[in-house]
Amino acid sequence: MTVADVTFYMFSTVMVIGALMTVTARNPVHSVLWLILSFLSGAGLFVLIGAEFVAMLLIIVYVGAVAVLFLFVVMMLDIDFAALKAEMAKYMPLAGLIGIVLMMQLALAFGPWTPSEGIETRLASPTPPLEEAHNTQALGLILYDQYFLAFQISGLILLVAMIGAIVLTLRHRSDVKRQDVVAQMMRDPKTAMELKDVKPGQGL
Amino acid sequence: MTIGLEHYLTVAAALFVIGIFGIFLNRKNVIVILMSIELMLLAVNINLVAFSAFLGDLTGQIFTLFVLTVASAEAAIGLAILVCFFRNRGTIAVEDVSNMKG
Repeated sequence: MTVADVTFYMFSTVMVIGALMTVTARNPVHSVLWLILSFLSGAGLFVLIGAEFVAMLLIIVYVGAVAVLFLFVVMMLDIDFAALKAEMAKYMPLAGLIGIVLMMQLALAFGPWTPSEGIETRLASPTPPLEEAHNTQALGLILYDQYFLAFQISGLILLVAMIGAIVLTLRHRSDVKRQDVVAQMMRDPKTAMELKDVKPGQGL
Repeated sequence: MTIGLEHYLTVAAALFVIGIFGIFLNRKNVIVILMSIELMLLAVNINLVAFSAFLGDLTGQIFTLFVLTVASAEAAIGLAILVCFFRNRGTIAVEDVSNMKG
């Protein structure tokens, strides 16, 4: 076994264990941490296979943004997770059965198979040799050239998701004092102040 | 025995099955369901990248980027809906959600 083989088995084992612990962990904070470990191992697999840009993107987007979002929500909501987890044993047989059936279905595709004839000529965008363009550069050339419309639409999806998330979670609380800029600017000394003539020794 | 396409496909299949397993195992905990969906999307990404690398076609990695975009948008919207739901109901048990039933 070469170093690459050992690395592959290490990363894939850690990833599968992390995924299993994600779905079975009792504490959802631990779930998120196992998910992060799983994604980091996935990024390692991507580096191993030669897709560096996607690997770095996985770390930045998933570990940096999505996992932190999950952590925030898990810690922000005051939920009795023990009650939710108590019924996990009830669902275990059904879930295990569905998992085994699906695994067997996927195993049907396992076996000797090869790409069809002339696959090299039908490749949509062949990988350029490494001295011509590295992974990131080649991806950028294809993304901004052939898939520009899809790229723009994915930007629109992110915009819609951002606006949707803000609209869903925004609320105006009536018990909090807010700054009213117009009222502040329209203030003048006549309405804001009142002069009282206080006689000595009497008070108001 | 060198690492081939089948190895990556096996890992991705295992990850996908674990994701489905997690959805059925955590029927009430919608946060873990969302995490299971993320795991399934990671399995899809591994498949795409593995085919892309072994066939020598970069299109698979391009589509991985789009899957990543949709996955992050889905996580953001899903968690926003979850926060909204928790505010209204005080629980995140999704098994008996029938608010939108006519």
